[in-house]
Order: sequence, then C-alpha cells, then structure tokens
Amino acid sequence: MTLKLEVDPIACDGHGLCADLLPELVELDEWGYPMIHDRVPAGLAGHARRAVSACPALALKLSRVPHEKDRSMASRPGPAVRR
Amino acid sequence: MRRVAVSRLTAGWQQSGRAATVREHVDRYGPLPPVGHRGPGSLIDEVSAAGLTGRGGAGFPTGTKLRSVASGRGPAVVVANGMESEPASEKDQALLARAPHLVLDGIALAAEAVGATEAHLCLAQGRHWLTDIVTAAVAERERARLDRIPVTVHTVPERYTSSEESALVHWLNGGEAKPIKTPPRPFERGVGKRPTLIDNVETLAHMALIGRYGSRWFRQAGVAGAAGSMLTTVSGAVARPGVYEVEAGAPIGDVLALAGVEADAPAVLVGGYFGTWHAVSEVAGLALTKQGLDPVGGSPGAGILYVLPAGECGLDEAAGIMRYLASQGAEQCGPCMFGLPAIAGDLSQLAAGRPEGDPLGRMQRRFGQIAGRGACRHPDGAVRMAASALRAFAADAHAHARRRSCLASSRGTQAATVAMAHSRGGGEWR
Repeated sequence: MTLKLEVDPIACDGHGLCADLLPELVELDEWGYPMIHDRVPAGLAGHARRAVSACPALALKLSRVPHEKDRSMASRPGPAVRR
Repeated sequence: MRRVAVSRLTAGWQQSGRAATVREHVDRYGPLPPVGHRGPGSLIDEVSAAGLTGRGGAGFPTGTKLRSVASGRGPAVVVANGMESEPASEKDQALLARAPHLVLDGIALAAEAVGATEAHLCLAQGRHWLTDIVTAAVAERERARLDRIPVTVHTVPERYTSSEESALVHWLNGGEAKPIKTPPRPFERGVGKRPTLIDNVETLAHMALIGRYGSRWFRQAGVAGAAGSMLTTVSGAVARPGVYEVEAGAPIGDVLALAGVEADAPAVLVGGYFGTWHAVSEVAGLALTKQGLDPVGGSPGAGILYVLPAGECGLDEAAGIMRYLASQGAEQCGPCMFGLPAIAGDLSQLAAGRPEGDPLGRMQRRFGQIAGRGACRHPDGAVRMAASALRAFAADAHAHARRRSCLASSRGTQAATVAMAHSRGGGEWR
C-alpha cells in the first residue's frame, strides 16, 4: 500500500503552503500553483498528511493506492507532472 | 478507387435545403423497427459490432459506453450533445438543421437500450435559428406520438468549455456550465446522480441508421479500425467550404479536394482548435482517422480541417486561436487560467515579430508545465495546438524570434483569422 498525493485543481487557489511544508514532493509553477510528484515515499507520509491538513482550500488529498496498481505505476518513472 | 463522399446522414440535403419532416424522414430511411424487434441483436450489440465511435472528438467506442450506462444502478439518463462549441466545426448544426429526426431517432433508441427514463438535447444558447428547428421537430414527434420518452431541449451558455460532458451534467443539475472534477464520470453518476449517457448528436444519428440497417451495413463504409461514414467540416483556403460526409478512412487530401482546396495552400489545422497544424503535404496521404494521424501526432477531432491561406502567417493564426482558447476557459484551475494567457502572449509576441526575451524558450517550458493540470482537457488541447504550430511553422518561428518577417507575410494580403471570424462573447455560465 502506497500513498498518493493529489490536488483538486478547481479547489486550489495557489496559496502555496504545500510547497513550504513538503518541498520534496511539491513545486510551485510560475503562478504559484503546485506541481506535484504524486507518489509519497513512506518516510514522507507524516509530512504529506501535515500538508494536506494545512491547505486552506482543502484542495489536497492523500489516497491509498492498492498494490496491484502500484506496480503498474512504478513502471512509469518520473514525476506525474513533467517540467 | 475508393469512394470519398457518401450520403448516409446527408441524404437529400442538397435537394431540400431545409429540415426534413417526419414524413420525409420516414420516406427516406424507413420507419424505426418497433420496440423489441430492432435487428438480430440488441442495439448495444449491434452498435458494438458496427464499431461506431463517438463523433464529438474523443472517438470513444460507443457500444462500450452504452453498455457501461446500461449496467449502472437505477434508471439512466440520455443527454444528446449538440453544443458544437468548436468554432471550426459546423457539422452538428448542419445535421440538426437538415436531419433532426435522425438525431431524435438515435436518442429514442439509445434511451431504450440503456433503460433511460429521461432524455435531454443540449444546444448552444445563442443559436435561436437552430433551437427553433429542433423544437419544431420535437413537437412534430410529440403530435405523432413517436417517442416513449420525451426529449427536453435545453439552450446552454456557449463557451468553448461548456460543451464538455461534465459541464453539461453540472448545468443540467442546476449548476454553472463549467467542467467539474471527475471521477465520478457521468456514466457512473451524472444527471440527478443517475448513470448518464452523453453522446454527440452525430453519433446518435449513426445509431439511428444502425438500428434500422444493422452493423454489417454500417461497416460497408469505412476501413478497419474506423467504420462507417463521418461528417467533416472543411474551411479556410478552399473553394467550397462546408460540411462533407465522407467514408471513415478517406485520405485527408481527398477530403480537401472535395472542398476544392487551393493548390498553393501551405498548411492545415487538423482536428480543430484542440488539433494540430501540419504542412498539407505531410498529411494529404494520411487517413482522417486516429490511426492514420497517429504517426504525425494528430487526431481528426470532430472531423475538422481548416486550410491556411497561402498569404497567411500560421503563427499569427495560431496566436489568434490561442487568445480565443485562453478567453474560453472556465476560470477554475490556476494552470489554465494563467498559463493559457501566458502562452497566448508568447505566441502573439512571436507572431508580431516583437519578441520580449525568449518566447520560444518560455513556451517550451510552459507547455510541459500546463498540460494535464486542469480538471478538464482544455489546457491540454490548447497546448497541443500551440506546440504543433511551433513545429509546423518552425522556420517562421525562428525568423520572427530574430525580428524578421516570415515567408508568408511576403506573399501579400492577410486573410481574417479563423479565431476572429468565429469568436463569441464571454458572458454568463448559467
């Protein structure tokens, strides 16, 4: 079981707290909106939860990815958002 | 030699010049088979066997969609999408204006196949002329008691993004005509939280013919992987712009020839405003299908070909389209709200030959940042179009980046851009 971090782009107002709290997985684009590396390594789960609860727009979500899907995703390297 | 033009949906359009009445429609196509006697298999099986795919641009297999909605929980809803918000497309308006009963037959068949208890037909708010034709056709059927399930005609605020299927669901549920976050997809939970089938009106019209004549008949036109016929809209530098019904799989060059493409036309926008720019010579021999266009990174979209006039700068045209798309977003997602105007600005600077800094470099970075980050595919489509313009007009882009004029502008007069010709006002979402 792995955690996946997602942003609801409609709810997101670009406050940017997530990038402050979780710079390992979140980068802001030039307008201040988060670009997210969605697979959360086990060591960062606590920080990810903190970022989710700190979001003023309630736009961040953590969800569990079942193992099977996990493997297929693992075969695709790199962040979910390309730069 | 293969046929190019066919007359299935378009039978009789030339002669009549107006909407077919129920009587003319039945004379032309025959009556719909009675309920329970619609061909050897169920409609869903027939549509699957026919290989019909969605004609609104996405090209999803229609049989699969019907099956998903039919197997959903509770009574279903059918929504016919006749919004046609794509400025370079006119085929849905032409179809509804000439053969409204094909679409309405399709709605009736689809509703029956998925177990729907209500049906909606969505049209763009500003097109009163079309609304009048369609509501008259619906009234005609009500008088003749043709349909078990009544069809409600809606006029929805017309923005580029309001024809997206989740936007229609949101609007029919009482919200603004803006795309919403999915999942749940409409086929799972759509109008009134019920399983909802949303099909383009042309797709439904094909269904009306499959319901009558079956899948084997449908496949008598088309090629492997792209069955039947399709409506196309050809505009720009052609002698006879308009809507043409062609066999699926027809080469793009043949479709352009039907419309009388100008011999010196340099480039073509394939698939509309979310489509891709190509040199005419690059795509003339390719089929106007997903498969055919895959090698050059294109897609037929809703069957759209816009031919760039010889004297026109392709980048200027692309910049106009990009400004239009930037103005037509739903103003919900940051990357789209800020990213598209930024790219439109970059492209406009470049097209004008007045670059500030390095617009080419900025655009390449922004393309990668914006695609895939909206709730709907609006930013993805806009980025695809802009990126393809930089590839197709690479020499012009580099000339403009060095403040030189491009080849096109030296050829003389500038035609009005499509974006300008088709732009609509902003306004309300509800």
